[in-house]
Amino acid sequence: MDQAEGRGADRPSASRLSPAARFFKATEIDTRFLGMIAALLIIWIGFDLLSGGRFLTARNLWNLSVQSASVAILATGMVLVIVTRNIDLSVGSLHGFLAMVMGVAQARYLPEILGFGHPAIWLLTLMAGVLLGALVGGLQGFLIAYLSIPAFIVTLGGLLVWRGAAWWVTSGQTVSPLDSRFILMGGGPRGAIGDTASWVLALLACAAILLLQAGSRRRRRRFGFPTRPVWAEALMAALGCGAILGAAAVANAYYWPAGTVRQWAAANNVTIPEGGLQISHGIAIPVLIALAAGVIMTFVARRTRFGRYVYAIGGNPEAAELAGVNTRWVTMKIFIIMGVLCAIAGAVASARLQSATNSQGTLDELLTIAAAVIGGTSLAGGAGTIAGALLGALLMQSLSSGMILLGLDAPLQNVVVGLVLVAAVWLDTLYKRRAG
Amino acid sequence: MNAHVKDQTPLVEMEEISISFGGVHAVERASVDLYPGEVVALLGHNGAGKSTLIKILSGAYRRDSGVIRIRGEEAAIHNPRDAKAYGIETIYQTLALADNVDAAANLYLGRELLTPWGTLDDGAMEAKAREVMGRLNPRFQRFKDPVKALSGGQRQSVAIARAILFNARILIMDEPTAALGPQETAQVGELIKQLKSEGIGVFLISHDIHDVFHLADRVTVMKNGQVVGTGRVENLTKDEVLGMIILGKCPPGATPGPGAA
Repeated sequence: MDQAEGRGADRPSASRLSPAARFFKATEIDTRFLGMIAALLIIWIGFDLLSGGRFLTARNLWNLSVQSASVAILATGMVLVIVTRNIDLSVGSLHGFLAMVMGVAQARYLPEILGFGHPAIWLLTLMAGVLLGALVGGLQGFLIAYLSIPAFIVTLGGLLVWRGAAWWVTSGQTVSPLDSRFILMGGGPRGAIGDTASWVLALLACAAILLLQAGSRRRRRRFGFPTRPVWAEALMAALGCGAILGAAAVANAYYWPAGTVRQWAAANNVTIPEGGLQISHGIAIPVLIALAAGVIMTFVARRTRFGRYVYAIGGNPEAAELAGVNTRWVTMKIFIIMGVLCAIAGAVASARLQSATNSQGTLDELLTIAAAVIGGTSLAGGAGTIAGALLGALLMQSLSSGMILLGLDAPLQNVVVGLVLVAAVWLDTLYKRRAG
Repeated sequence: MNAHVKDQTPLVEMEEISISFGGVHAVERASVDLYPGEVVALLGHNGAGKSTLIKILSGAYRRDSGVIRIRGEEAAIHNPRDAKAYGIETIYQTLALADNVDAAANLYLGRELLTPWGTLDDGAMEAKAREVMGRLNPRFQRFKDPVKALSGGQRQSVAIARAILFNARILIMDEPTAALGPQETAQVGELIKQLKSEGIGVFLISHDIHDVFHLADRVTVMKNGQVVGTGRVENLTKDEVLGMIILGKCPPGATPGPGAA
């Protein structure tokens, strides 16, 4: 961190920068983030060519988004954990354990009390899971922050303890079927919001982008700070809105399978017109949950005092402590958040499989860490973004689904994912050395 | 030099302070005091215990025994937050900056300005940071860069700005000019004189008497964790102070402490 010292004052001024550098300065685009999107597009187009056009279909992209959701949710919390120079190896086991507890709660206990199919079952189940997740996360956080046991050890212990506990909940039995509302969190034709709602949501998101941009511009004006050029603002708004509307269009272009349509038509007394009825999936509920987690966690990381402390602790724990930050309590809160996210990810994953098994989430801790690291979170602490981690989760899932689509053997898939992880971090090291 | 009045209440009194780490007495029954508008230089070799003593005052370490009084009243300082509540601000030798966030975030670390909705008010913090940094270092413009990208002098200005931003009554500067060139060192000297005139008490810690002799009203010399002696600069020569630092010999112009040979 000291190499940068001494050459601070003599950076080139804007007029001496190359056109590309001027462009990035004006738009404030993170070049690293751009690199990740490029990598993702290369992977997508590559798989599409290799599979003869089967990768870039609405159906595959929709499934990809649903399959990424659980790890993406976990990765939003893992960023904060890694930013403070900690690690959480227990998230896979913990989310499996919480899924088992939620499974038993909704399939055995709550129906006995409330009656089978009661509309509140899914919510009470999820709340119980979130509460238990917060407790377990808080316990691990307490051991790490207040008893100064290294996070690696505490969560390595957690990995074993919660996997064992997951088995214990039902002595290894799979819990199924789950509550009919609960499984909507896992996607599927019913677990998506349809085309109208998708468009409305996409437009609202676009409006939010414009409002946020305008607000930030107004604030900078008020204090007399330099603002981005108008063309750069317009370009960023166009790119953001374009991506959102594009994603909604893709989700809406994936239609219900004919069988589901027939069932639905029969149940609702609708006659299917000639040529069939096309009903759009729209954006899947698990994807919305992951996106909501991403937005909320980004807000927490960038706009709250807690988030500021997380990054300051990552940059220099001693300095944060001397500045009066209660570093222990901040650390404990991070692990509480991680526990809550484990519960949500567990709900999404078990809802997708429509059953809870004690092996659910095995090795997910490694996928989650990989997603965060590929997404630019530094294991040395102090740096990382939630958006990057979401993209990292999507990238990892794209690799595995692509290879499944090409029919690669499972062992070979692991080899490729492992190599990609190492290569990505190596590239990142090169990038950081160059960027200083 | 404004001579302090002896019957005035001292800003800080540290009495018989001791702390040990694993059986090593880092500071043993050390006493120092500081009056408003006064600069006290704390001198000694590396490892003499001066930084440790002062870290007890700033809340970074907890003393084993002894009493701290602020404005005559016994103070409970258990952590850096407590010290700040008493108006004690510290510029550490290491600067203690979070390298990965920008200048404004460092200035307000632990005391962020918030909007009415409870979110960070980065605009207000940056505006105030521009104002304070403008006074200390008018050429400083890099408010968007993480502090690690700044030069040594710029980082030092950030650390100093942070200490004076919150109306400190007691300022501790641990080797404040170690990373600075001659011009910036002179600037720090000017700043110290200005703070003095505002009635702020300053502890200046250094291992090099040439840095601080002309700025200080009094010097306290430490050796092996004990105070050798304390005296007014006008009653002491640099050679006598060097004798205190190196040999632990207290000259007639100074009041001897427990560590005097």
